[in-house]
Amino acid sequence: MCGIVGLFLKNKNLEPALGDLLSRMLVTMSARGPDSAGVAIYGAGDDDKVKLTLRVADGTCVDDLRSELFAVTSAFDISIRSSHIVLSISRSDAATVIHWLKTHKSDLDLVSVGENMEIYKEVGLPEHVVRVFGLSGMSGTHAIGHTRMATESAVTTNGAHPFSTGEDQCLVHNGSLSNHNAVRRTLRREGMAFSTENDSEVAAGYLTWRMRQGASLRDSLSSSLDDLDGFFTFVVGTRNGFAVLRDPIACKPAIMAESDDYVAFGSEYRALSVLPNIERARVFEPEPATVYAWEHP
Amino acid sequence: MPMHDLNVTAVRAVNEALHRLSPDTNETFWQIENPQGKHAIGVGIDAPVEVEINGHVGYYCGGMNKQARLRIHGNAGTGVAENMMSGLVHVMGDASQSAGATGCGGLLIIDGDAAARCGISMKGIDILVKGSIGAMSAFMAQAGSLVVLGDAGDALGDSIYEATIFVRGEVKSLGTDCVEKPMTPDDRDRLADVLRRGGLNGEAGVDDFRMYGSARRLYHFHIDNITSY
Repeated sequence: MCGIVGLFLKNKNLEPALGDLLSRMLVTMSARGPDSAGVAIYGAGDDDKVKLTLRVADGTCVDDLRSELFAVTSAFDISIRSSHIVLSISRSDAATVIHWLKTHKSDLDLVSVGENMEIYKEVGLPEHVVRVFGLSGMSGTHAIGHTRMATESAVTTNGAHPFSTGEDQCLVHNGSLSNHNAVRRTLRREGMAFSTENDSEVAAGYLTWRMRQGASLRDSLSSSLDDLDGFFTFVVGTRNGFAVLRDPIACKPAIMAESDDYVAFGSEYRALSVLPNIERARVFEPEPATVYAWEHP
Repeated sequence: MPMHDLNVTAVRAVNEALHRLSPDTNETFWQIENPQGKHAIGVGIDAPVEVEINGHVGYYCGGMNKQARLRIHGNAGTGVAENMMSGLVHVMGDASQSAGATGCGGLLIIDGDAAARCGISMKGIDILVKGSIGAMSAFMAQAGSLVVLGDAGDALGDSIYEATIFVRGEVKSLGTDCVEKPMTPDDRDRLADVLRRGGLNGEAGVDDFRMYGSARRLYHFHIDNITSY
């Protein structure tokens, strides 16, 4: 199963409501995936800064982390949301800080890196997950959510979607890939790093690798049709983009809505039914093996 | 006239009320509001009633229907009218995949498009799609007619048995063992009957359609294929 929701806003007036709308969409999909849930949300950002979303282990003292960080970087902001903290640092310090975190702070998981994107994910029902992170109070331009029924790897927070393998890039996946081990080996040779044995992380890594080679989001997804084998509906976010792709036999469900206000994705129509003026949106089912992509200028 | 608002009443309660109807019921007109994509609305009715559903429905709406006439004022999710036995299911918008799957009888009308696998394994149901149908439609279809006013996607009628497919528009590709066939007078009558029951009197002529069915090459073991096993 698994449930996916996504919302890409065209109307700026809706931006303060993004988190609330996505929360409600995600909760409608609880029956499709009760094991874990996660969201990627693209909010305000600053050209000179990078946001690191970190998941902290139980018992981590954030005050200690704060004092240790002063040794690495002088200017940073920390905001705490349940088990996740968002560390905002200057872009010039990013490489140093990420290296320090990886070598000295094994109790912290680096979930995402981005100018705008933050990722929150946790084991449990969607209703619980969106509540502990306070998702409904967040604003932004676009967001993607996923609720997981585990098949290819264990029910852990690391196995929860969205997966991020590049700055401001994320992917959620409904389905299962059959050649993920082979593709992972190939991508590791190309210098990509993976933190789980999960098939969906490989899809995310594949797209990051293609975009790093200069391909557009649309072209990266097109070539994944040749290189990834299995069942999938992917929803992908970039700093200013949002894309959807289904496998050639459209094994996994997908429904979309587009209006002047937004582009929305749901595994089922129930997820779209909570959106404002949905009855006036164009509701359609994306075609198999066809890339749908939207970008903010 | 029973009216149910699915924001107030659970789908299961409405379905139970529909299942309790006797064949000579006087409650013959039902209205369902706010379906909001909920699943299994109006599944398993066995009474000559009319059901108007105002909005989009989720999976399996009108599944296993006998006798009833359901009209959906919106889109339908996966498997609308799956395994229908008799009666009518009319989708006034688009239908998702596997519309009319394994249906044994009755008529399914879709005013818009139907997605992949429309009429998969159909066993006697008639399906009229006024728009186009997606890939792999009528896969292993056994009996009944699938009539399409628009176009058909890839692999139409793959591994088809004795169902008949009539398409007015383009067929992207035919599946294994599905071929175009000339229409006999009997085929023309069956097509005209589906068009008439679908309310298309004169809007689409029998001569506008091409007919597809089984080449019957998969029915028996063929000695030339011995090396394939």
